[in-house]
Amino acid sequence: MQEVKLIKGNEAVALGAIRSGCDGYFGYPITPQSEVLETLMELRPWETTGMVVLQAESEVASINMVYGGAACGKRVMTSSSSPGISLMAEGISYLAGAELPCLIVNVQRGGPGLGTIQPSQADYFQAVKGCGHGDYNMIVLAPASVQEMYDFVFDGFDLAFKYRVPVMMLSDGIIGQMMEKVVMSRSRARWTAEEIKQMSDSWATVGKPQTRARNICSSLELDSQIMEQRNLALQARYEEIKKNEVRFEEIEIDDAEYVIVAFGSSARIASEAVSLARAEGLKVGLLRPITLWPFPSARIAELAGQAKGFLVAELNAGQMVEDIRLAVDGRVPVIHFGRMGGMIYSPDEILKALKEQSNG
Amino acid sequence: MDKVYSRSALLTDNVMHYCPGCSHGTIHKLVAEVIEEMGLQADTIGVSPVGCSVFAYNYIDIDWIQAAHGRACAVATAVKRLTPEKMVFTYQGDGDLSAIGTAETIHACNRGENIAVIYVNNAIYGMTGGQMAPTTLLGMKTATSPQGREAAIHGYPYKIAEMVSHLDGVCYVTRQSVQSPAAVRKAKKAIRQAFENSMAGRGLSFVEIVSSCNSGWKLSPVEANRWMEESMFPFYKLGDIKAGTPAAI
Ligand SMILES: Cc1ncc(C[n+]2csc(CCOP(=O)(O)OP(=O)(O)O)c2C)c(N)n1
Ligand code: SF4
Ligand SMILES: [Mg+2]
Repeated sequence: MQEVKLIKGNEAVALGAIRSGCDGYFGYPITPQSEVLETLMELRPWETTGMVVLQAESEVASINMVYGGAACGKRVMTSSSSPGISLMAEGISYLAGAELPCLIVNVQRGGPGLGTIQPSQADYFQAVKGCGHGDYNMIVLAPASVQEMYDFVFDGFDLAFKYRVPVMMLSDGIIGQMMEKVVMSRSRARWTAEEIKQMSDSWATVGKPQTRARNICSSLELDSQIMEQRNLALQARYEEIKKNEVRFEEIEIDDAEYVIVAFGSSARIASEAVSLARAEGLKVGLLRPITLWPFPSARIAELAGQAKGFLVAELNAGQMVEDIRLAVDGRVPVIHFGRMGGMIYSPDEILKALKEQSNG
Repeated sequence: MDKVYSRSALLTDNVMHYCPGCSHGTIHKLVAEVIEEMGLQADTIGVSPVGCSVFAYNYIDIDWIQAAHGRACAVATAVKRLTPEKMVFTYQGDGDLSAIGTAETIHACNRGENIAVIYVNNAIYGMTGGQMAPTTLLGMKTATSPQGREAAIHGYPYKIAEMVSHLDGVCYVTRQSVQSPAAVRKAKKAIRQAFENSMAGRGLSFVEIVSSCNSGWKLSPVEANRWMEESMFPFYKLGDIKAGTPAAI
């Protein structure tokens, strides 16, 4: 029989970690994601799967612990909320530069600064445009349900190891705090030392046997010619990711004259707006990017040939809308509808904004 | 004839980039020798800092992780927790460990992580061109204290070894140097003790090595050693600060 649990999004991340064979979680309390660490400490997975759980002294320490664990070829992760992710930016850049896989969960809250503990989607730029310094990207998964917060732990680790890149799950305080049923069908064991050796012998720092050269996890290269080559290799990997890993969901899109684009919690509200519109006979559809990087630009460009206009609903001042405009390339109007500071729109408000666009 | 010295097989053929007279090279040799003598090449993971010794991984033939500036103790924490059977050590300068990395250092010490910390204190930021470090002595001229360090402006030099010795998670704290054959022998013994503590899971071991940076200090290697003995040693007193022999733990 299928195991189903009624849990919060943050708890789903904790359970997903334990059941996805995660080796180590390192985190620091911050609302609205503290339940991840709290749940792990309650469940004591070190006594069952052997997973290490540690409360670090800061997010700076958390991400550098993740860096150390990742260098050993282990499945390691952290979670935080917006201000904490800002503190991790340097570490994430190092992870990208040293080509280390890991999972970082951001349960977003409103900013800037200390801002508010209420939900927001204002860290889109931070997540998809790199976050730290240097030319790099991370794969960004945007869950819209508690089920996806569970599943994306598995998917996040798989993608991280497939490409040896950091992966971010960009959630928000709505999905993190709400309770839903989760089907806990996916489950797998931690890797054995032998399995890690088979997969990562060429790079993981687990002690150098006589049989191979020493492994060095480093992002440093002072020779500019070599550093440019390393950058080019990273960029080539990013192109592969763009080719293979774009994910999105569509609702009522086939005959849509107006397309709402929304991710995460906004997509749930927007899908209600689509139902309201359809009830009034308006041909409105929804495109929900599931990967925010790589972005479904090709699909949006295609839809620009069919739709009369786009409305981008996001809980920020207008961030993802820039990527939609790039893809649409001026062919049809693209407007933004947002709330900030922890305020949330209703489906009615989204529909009203859409009607104003289609009339104007 | 008895062989009194042989180069450790764990030292690579790469030519060290350190200035002539720099202590880093000597300390690298000691670390390599101890790992070799303990038979731990396949069981050691080193964490290198940001500082002149960032390239430690080019010289000692073991697996290495290059950490962000100051974060080596956090990196090593995860490595040791995830692979507790391994010997894990950090190698850090005074800017790295006691300025930007103070929090990571103190908290790894306080948690009693089973790692060894090699702390190379040359009272200056060598790599970036000789700026003042938290360890810079009062009156000492650096690029950012060109008239000499003044307490009223820059605060006082501090002894982080003494600070961490008060933390319960720390089993062994010692301050050594490498300017003479006798000092080198003692420093090597201290490093070995620290590495044995890591393997035995006794808590965190902290080995400070008061070092010379003739480039940063703008002295010849010989003058630098003399200045270190006359000015550094009276402030950074050599010897054990917290006993680390198994009997004492
Ligand atoms: C976040 C960050 N800030 C500053 C630097 C620049 N930086 C590189 S090394 C260094 C100081 C190193 O001094 P120390 O740790 O004493 O090592 P030494 O070179 O003296 O052995 C600084 C400030 C950096 N690389 N990263
Ligand atoms: S600058 Fe100082 S610490 Fe750096 S290599 Fe030269 S002498 Fe050594
Ligand atoms: Mg220094």
